[in-house]
Amino acid sequence: MTDFGEGTGSFPRAMTSLPIEGSSRRQSLLGADRSDRIYRRILTGFALALPLLFLMILAVLFVSALPALRRFGPSFLWTSTWDPVAELYGAAPMIVGTLLSSFLAILIAVPLALGVAIFLTEFAPRWLRQPVAFLVELLAAIPSVVYGLWGVFVLIPFLRTAVVPPLKAVLGWTPFLQGVFYGNSLLAGGVILAIMIVPYIAAVSREVLLAVPGSQREAALAMGATRWEAVRSAVLPYGRAGLIGAIILGLGRALGETMAVTMLIGNRHDIGISLLQPAYTMAAAIANEFSEATTNMYHSALFEVGLVLFVVTVVVNAIARILIWRVARGAAIGSRAL
Amino acid sequence: MKSTRFLALAALLGAAVPVAAQVQLNGAGATFPNIIYQDWMLTYNQTHPDVKLNYQSIGSGGGIRQFSDGTVDFGATDAPMGDSAIAAISGNVLHIPTVMGAVVIVYNLQGVTQVVKLTPDVLADIFLGKVTKWNDARLASINPGVTLPAADIIVVHRAEGSGTSFAFTDYLSKVSPEWQQKVGKGPSVNWPVGLGGRGSEGVSSTVSQTPGAIGYVELAYATSNKIQFATLRNSSGNWITPTLDAVTAAAAGAMKDMGPNTDFRVSITNSSGAQAYPISTFTWLLLHKSYSDTAKARALVQFVWWAEGEGQAKAPQLGYAQLPKDLHPWIEARLRSITAGGRPVLKAAE
Repeated sequence: MTDFGEGTGSFPRAMTSLPIEGSSRRQSLLGADRSDRIYRRILTGFALALPLLFLMILAVLFVSALPALRRFGPSFLWTSTWDPVAELYGAAPMIVGTLLSSFLAILIAVPLALGVAIFLTEFAPRWLRQPVAFLVELLAAIPSVVYGLWGVFVLIPFLRTAVVPPLKAVLGWTPFLQGVFYGNSLLAGGVILAIMIVPYIAAVSREVLLAVPGSQREAALAMGATRWEAVRSAVLPYGRAGLIGAIILGLGRALGETMAVTMLIGNRHDIGISLLQPAYTMAAAIANEFSEATTNMYHSALFEVGLVLFVVTVVVNAIARILIWRVARGAAIGSRAL
Repeated sequence: MKSTRFLALAALLGAAVPVAAQVQLNGAGATFPNIIYQDWMLTYNQTHPDVKLNYQSIGSGGGIRQFSDGTVDFGATDAPMGDSAIAAISGNVLHIPTVMGAVVIVYNLQGVTQVVKLTPDVLADIFLGKVTKWNDARLASINPGVTLPAADIIVVHRAEGSGTSFAFTDYLSKVSPEWQQKVGKGPSVNWPVGLGGRGSEGVSSTVSQTPGAIGYVELAYATSNKIQFATLRNSSGNWITPTLDAVTAAAAGAMKDMGPNTDFRVSITNSSGAQAYPISTFTWLLLHKSYSDTAKARALVQFVWWAEGEGQAKAPQLGYAQLPKDLHPWIEARLRSITAGGRPVLKAAE
């Protein structure tokens, strides 16, 4: 005991006997080292927080979906009965509906958004560029429930009177336009999604095209290309990785969009390839049915739908990454940012 | 120095403690009765400032879940808990009806000014997808003098689980054996045909925007939004226009099937009263049979008893039907059976 007391007592004395100047320099060095270490740890923590969150979401989805996974097995993915009374659940209609509506949205939105981006960067008079770009980007700020309302009261009547009749007259023989058009349908859902993702694709595409060096255009024009040929042969290929990235960003939005879609798609658990038929998406089903999912199996089945949506989104993004890497071999711009 | 600071602190703490203990009661559940529950809680709090009530309308399913998990003091639901759900919380639940509502059939027939009449079998067959045209012979025969168009019938139902769907499918299960066997009843079912609308507003906007559409919404919603609805034939063979009185008549008609010892988990659809509107339904509060906190339990039971008495007067102006007066003694008996710490919460004299 006494030894210990003596020891602690003697230690500060030894410290004070050190030259004052040296001690302060040492301390400041020590301090810098420590704050560096803390700084590094905090940043590491931040960096790990998101992957950790990703894993936790996956874990919660998986654990909550476990009863449904056990009960239905992989057949959950390809059966199409959704019967809460009989407790039979299959997600095929929602998976197909999610993919079809997003695909339709991309089909409509990509030409439109690329057209806007090309026009704004290559052809528009300078005074028009900023206002139009601003207005297009403003579309992204509209809440999706407003899109839904607009869809119910404007888009669907417009589709019913002005779009579907001529479309049926020309392409009515294809399997995509069979059946009666009630309004709420895959077509309405796909079109509203397209309108919602245009601003994202257009804004990113515009940035990508703006970043294409002027020398690319000049070189093409010097070879005798018209402006359109210059865009097609020099500008677009140069920015293709970035453009694909822009499209994938839009696709990601389309896959997860809920409110506007559920208001327009008809919310029907049915598989069909006709655009005129009502359909369902995974996000819409979860949003609609979760609050009143009274039984445990129902609850669990909805979690499994969430898990499937999660996996589908990850797979789509992974495919997109691979696509971008492939295309970006060489030094296309925008690839590094994505 | 130190002691004066301590004294000041003690005085401060003393001031923060209220004279009468505040009781905070939390509830969650059905969206349908939300308007009247919020109104009741606000009104009750004015005369009982020591009782703070909070109700979150998160849906019946969520209400049952939170009530069963014990995260709220009371739940609320439009569809009674099933036997297995009650067994899961060892039977520690009472269903107390508070007000009633009705489900009305809305439709969109341009050019038809008369009110369309529907019989139970035709209604069921429309929602089964067996009657598909408005000028179907069966529809025409029950609507003499009405020129029904040769349009497709487009069925619109609720996309999300809801008490409205429960009442409606419960009714269809009673009047149509085929519906009972193929579809059944529940807050959400596997609809044979039709489009799903999200919420009452989703159903009504889809119906109003789609020529030839037919759907179902709550009576209060249809009247406040001035949507035309159909007249139904009830089990006594009378044509009934949905009104709040016809809903109360449905509960009165169903009382003789319930008996005074009922747990109130009864459906009053297709009720036998002569003036009863057939698609009527209770909405319930979920209370525990025994609570651990006496102060909370007392405040809660007193509030519910107030809602069942004075509170009822507010119902019609907010679009809900009052409970029949004869039901009150049965509800009182149920409330008196609630215990806290093994003793009844309400004293015999209260």
